Amino acid sequence: MDIVVPIKFVPDLVEEMEIGESGKALDRTFMRLIPSEQDDHALEQALLLKERHGGTVTVVTLDAGDVDETLFTAVANGADRAVKVRGEGFDKGINNHAASAVLQEALKDIPFDLILTGTQAVDDLDGSVGPLLAARLGLPYVGYITGIALEDGKVVARKEYPGGMVAEMEVALPAVLGIQAAEKPPRYVVTSLVLEAMKTATIEEREAGGADCSGAAGVTRVYLPQAAERARMLEGDANQVADALVALLKEHRLLS
Amino acid sequence: MLAAGRELADGLGGRLTALLLGHNTQELAATLGAADSVTYVDHAALADFTPDAYQRTIAGMIKEDPPRAVLIGHTSMGMDVACSVGIQLGVPLITSCRTIRVEDGTPRYVSVTCGGKVMVEGEIPGPTCLVTMVPGGYKPEAGRREGAPDPSTWLRTKIYELAPPTELNDLRVSLQRYVEPEAGDVDITRESILVSVGRGIQQQDNLKLAEALAAALGGAVSASRPIVDKGWLPTSRLVGKSGKAVKPRLYLALGISGAPEHMEGVPDCETLIAINTDERAPIFDAARYGAVADVLKLMPVLTEKIKQAKGG
Repeated sequence: MDIVVPIKFVPDLVEEMEIGESGKALDRTFMRLIPSEQDDHALEQALLLKERHGGTVTVVTLDAGDVDETLFTAVANGADRAVKVRGEGFDKGINNHAASAVLQEALKDIPFDLILTGTQAVDDLDGSVGPLLAARLGLPYVGYITGIALEDGKVVARKEYPGGMVAEMEVALPAVLGIQAAEKPPRYVVTSLVLEAMKTATIEEREAGGADCSGAAGVTRVYLPQAAERARMLEGDANQVADALVALLKEHRLLS
Repeated sequence: MLAAGRELADGLGGRLTALLLGHNTQELAATLGAADSVTYVDHAALADFTPDAYQRTIAGMIKEDPPRAVLIGHTSMGMDVACSVGIQLGVPLITSCRTIRVEDGTPRYVSVTCGGKVMVEGEIPGPTCLVTMVPGGYKPEAGRREGAPDPSTWLRTKIYELAPPTELNDLRVSLQRYVEPEAGDVDITRESILVSVGRGIQQQDNLKLAEALAAALGGAVSASRPIVDKGWLPTSRLVGKSGKAVKPRLYLALGISGAPEHMEGVPDCETLIAINTDERAPIFDAARYGAVADVLKLMPVLTEKIKQAKGG
């Protein structure tokens, strides 16, 4: 089974978000980009399937900036090919409609039975890459997947519903599946293996030209939310905060 | 979602139609009282949700009579179909929309992104646009007609029953079976005190600290999505969109940033206290009390003090 894993780079939400001068986009000057967490899970699920059934895993990403280390890490973890697609404005961020069109083009000469990608990413505003790509390729899509079994040229995917209910869906191949969580937490690889991959592996580079961003709505304003009400903040070190909390719990009769 | 649709339809001087898909589920139409009419599409292939059959049906319905806007729930079902409907029809798509309003005859959206840290506003482009709605912008009551569902509501709502606008054969996705969540673990929806942990606990080992704190308080440990995805706690302990809605007297959120998906599970908590190292974490906007602190330092200290207070 040949699997492709598109990886999207998203803002690291641990950092402070800042609004750009236009007021219509985030300021990307100092923005730290990281691979989307659910895409890490998609890669892990692909590697688990490769271990069980053989085949290949290809990771593909748009060149949003410092993406090489992530690609080499994927290779060190067991991916067979790493593809980086360059294009105009990719470093400034392109929407998911454009990204899925670029991926569709890039996949023309990469054979696959299955595409696994994160169900969603933290900065999605115009749908998600997985289902958009599936629609462009005319392939079936199911998202919120937490496990995949391969049976007779079809996959049975575990789709999560709220409250822990799971639906097992049979999906004809080729298909695109949106991963919520891999069957096991994503593996970690020691730095020495990543460094080795950097020496021995090659990142295949492609040129995509421009990106067609139509399909998303225009933005007139981006802002940081200002809450009408905010929590009453308890000040001090851990000891003082703990004292204040105990007093609060007593007040609310939660210690009886 | 019906409340948002009502606001949009009234603001534009249009009508609000609810689209209901299923098989032998016509009685559900009575729960969609805020709509001017309900279009009910019945077919055996629509009895259970599959992305393929639902997407084809919805796309077919929109194509036949394109409305100004189509609102779809930003849920594990809605997000499986919205993108393909948009691409198939060449219609723009706005996701994670929280509120809609009409300003000078122009419908506008407000979407929430980056885990609730950033808001985005713009026009809802015409002639037709798809919008997926997240909860939090409207009170559910606003989408219901008073007293619904009852027979009088039933009579006031026009229901049109239709066959699917497109063939539903050669489906590529089919439901095999449902698997119920494993029983036997703690039922977090029944606990009156929850110590809920998020990414801030950093390592699986640190769960012990939360367990000890929960034991001292006489409560249970629940978690946000990253903890469950890492396999540190079972899905039965998950609070939020893909987990459970909880309603304890005390919800102590430790190292949880408060992404919208998580906040969907906590609106009925009586007292929400949040501890996080990031003073800008959205959880502080919803919490009654908060503190900027390292939960790993705080948990053992707090556990001891609670034991003392209870003992004394």
